Amino acid sequence: MSKTLLAMYDDDHVLLEGAKKLVAKGVHIKEVFSPFPIHGIDPVIGVRPTRLAICAFIYGLIGLTLAITGMYYFLIVDWPMDIGGKPNKNLMENIPAFIPIAFEFTVLCTAHGMAITYFLRNKTLPGMKAENPDPRTTDDKFVMEIDLADTNQSEEEVIGMLNETGAIEINAKV
Amino acid sequence: MQKEAEIREPLILGHKTYNDITEDVCAPVEGKANNVFYGLLTVASLIALWGLGSITYTIGVGIGAWGLNKTVGWAWDITNFVWWVGIGHAGTLISAVLLLFRQKWRMAINRSAEAMTIFAVMMAALFPGLHMGRPWLAYWVLPLPNHFGSLWPNFNSPLLWDVFAISTYFSVSLVFWYIGLIPDFATIRDRAIKPLPKKIYSVLAFGWTGRAKHWNRFEEVSLVLAGLATPLVFSVHSIVSMDFATSVIPGWHTTIFPPYFVAGAVFSGFAMVLTLMLILRKAYGLEAYLTLKHIEYMNIIIIITGSMVGVAYLSELFISWYSGVEYEGYAFLNRATGPYWWSYALMMTCNVVTPQLMWFRKIRRSMVATFILSIIVNIGMWFERFVIIVTSIHRDYIPSSWSMFHPTFIDVGVYVGTIGIFFVLFLLYSRTFPVLALNEVKTILKSSGESYKNGEAH
Repeated sequence: MSKTLLAMYDDDHVLLEGAKKLVAKGVHIKEVFSPFPIHGIDPVIGVRPTRLAICAFIYGLIGLTLAITGMYYFLIVDWPMDIGGKPNKNLMENIPAFIPIAFEFTVLCTAHGMAITYFLRNKTLPGMKAENPDPRTTDDKFVMEIDLADTNQSEEEVIGMLNETGAIEINAKV
Repeated sequence: MQKEAEIREPLILGHKTYNDITEDVCAPVEGKANNVFYGLLTVASLIALWGLGSITYTIGVGIGAWGLNKTVGWAWDITNFVWWVGIGHAGTLISAVLLLFRQKWRMAINRSAEAMTIFAVMMAALFPGLHMGRPWLAYWVLPLPNHFGSLWPNFNSPLLWDVFAISTYFSVSLVFWYIGLIPDFATIRDRAIKPLPKKIYSVLAFGWTGRAKHWNRFEEVSLVLAGLATPLVFSVHSIVSMDFATSVIPGWHTTIFPPYFVAGAVFSGFAMVLTLMLILRKAYGLEAYLTLKHIEYMNIIIIITGSMVGVAYLSELFISWYSGVEYEGYAFLNRATGPYWWSYALMMTCNVVTPQLMWFRKIRRSMVATFILSIIVNIGMWFERFVIIVTSIHRDYIPSSWSMFHPTFIDVGVYVGTIGIFFVLFLLYSRTFPVLALNEVKTILKSSGESYKNGEAH
């Protein structure tokens, strides 16, 4: 049975500096919980940059393609409409009038596609149970989670190091 | 840690800790409302009921209930539509454009400004819907396969562009707003004591935990959505202006419309944000977060956009003469000196003349002056749309069809009613949602908090 240590800090900066020291000593930090983003923590605890923006770009391309093909089919292939003698023979002649909707639809698909991906990747959906270790982590406390199974040091050594970095509370969770 | 120049005014006054921010923002949600709140809610609800009654009547008997006639086919409905959409623009501008420019003062106002956007766009969307006459057939604007021999909507029409623009704008703003709300709902959830609020906020918070990876994604999503919302907000009002600009009506058919409408939208939107914020900060004691500096920043935007609008009015006048087109020239002469001269004068005074008072630092930083001016701007911007729409069409090409627009009781009811509905929604929002992006405000505490800046806190 692996044991987890939860070290609580009352300042984002203290936690960040502490995390740097612990990582330098070879302690693996499993997770950090905070009420707001701590800038600079990601490379320290090994969180890789998200690829959500790439997804967003792909959703945008899909939206753009859908919008253009849709309008091409509706207004050029299926039912060409002569409105005030405006050109409607082929896509290229008609494209200026299609730009507003093509743009709006691209934005629509990008934003919603990205938001849905974000919720699914985070596993945050209506009715999900919150898994933060302490309710204070959404207020003014910051918690570092260390899995002892991942670490070479003993529990006492890690607790000692955590105390040195300024943790205000250390709890063990089995 | 980020450092900020000493000379910059602090954005969070007094000695605040992270916990203080949580307490201050959650207080209205957790506490009991006072009688002033219930009084305001009652007044707003009564006005909203008048509005709902008028809307129901309009749907029941058709738009003949309005004062429209053969010549003036667009009047208060489209005026109100453009007015509400314009008001909505400030919210997205604050949340998206200011995020891209890394303006820290946006943190304190973005939440409520976006709420305002969402409610304003809801009110705006009502009007084209009602103007259809048979709103239950509104789905006909969508390209759905149908039994009319596969007849599709006209994708060349700016009215259809508007359908896509407004619906995209509304749904993207809603998603952007909600993603920002989730961590704050989690804060309220974790503080809730009573079981029912805890249950409700647990559902609303989507199980947010605040993991480092989630924050990493959160920031990326916010940035990309801001990047998308920025061109979106400019495109939406440009497309709204194209409803007029792509027509052949003198007074509407002008290429200056898209930028001119966008500037006007930002102008009126910021005025509405100020009206709401000044009440909010006083009512909920948020003076430490919505400081004088925030108000001054917003007033500076008002004077810039107000002057842009002024330049647009004057260029329109000049071009109508310089073009040598008789009809164009007459449209503007009629605007300024015809039977609707008073609405033109009101528009010029409220939008061009009075906002110039903001050049004085004293006025820019005065709560009372700002509050009065913000309301004047909103009146002026309503008249701007009225002037553009009604004065351009009430004197047709054939003098025999010249006419005037006289609003009916129902016209007034629908318009004033939407203001009532808007305030009901905003009042309910203010007691159930965190009115400040509390967790985002915490990120600027150390760089822009007063006690951190002058070295009292570390």
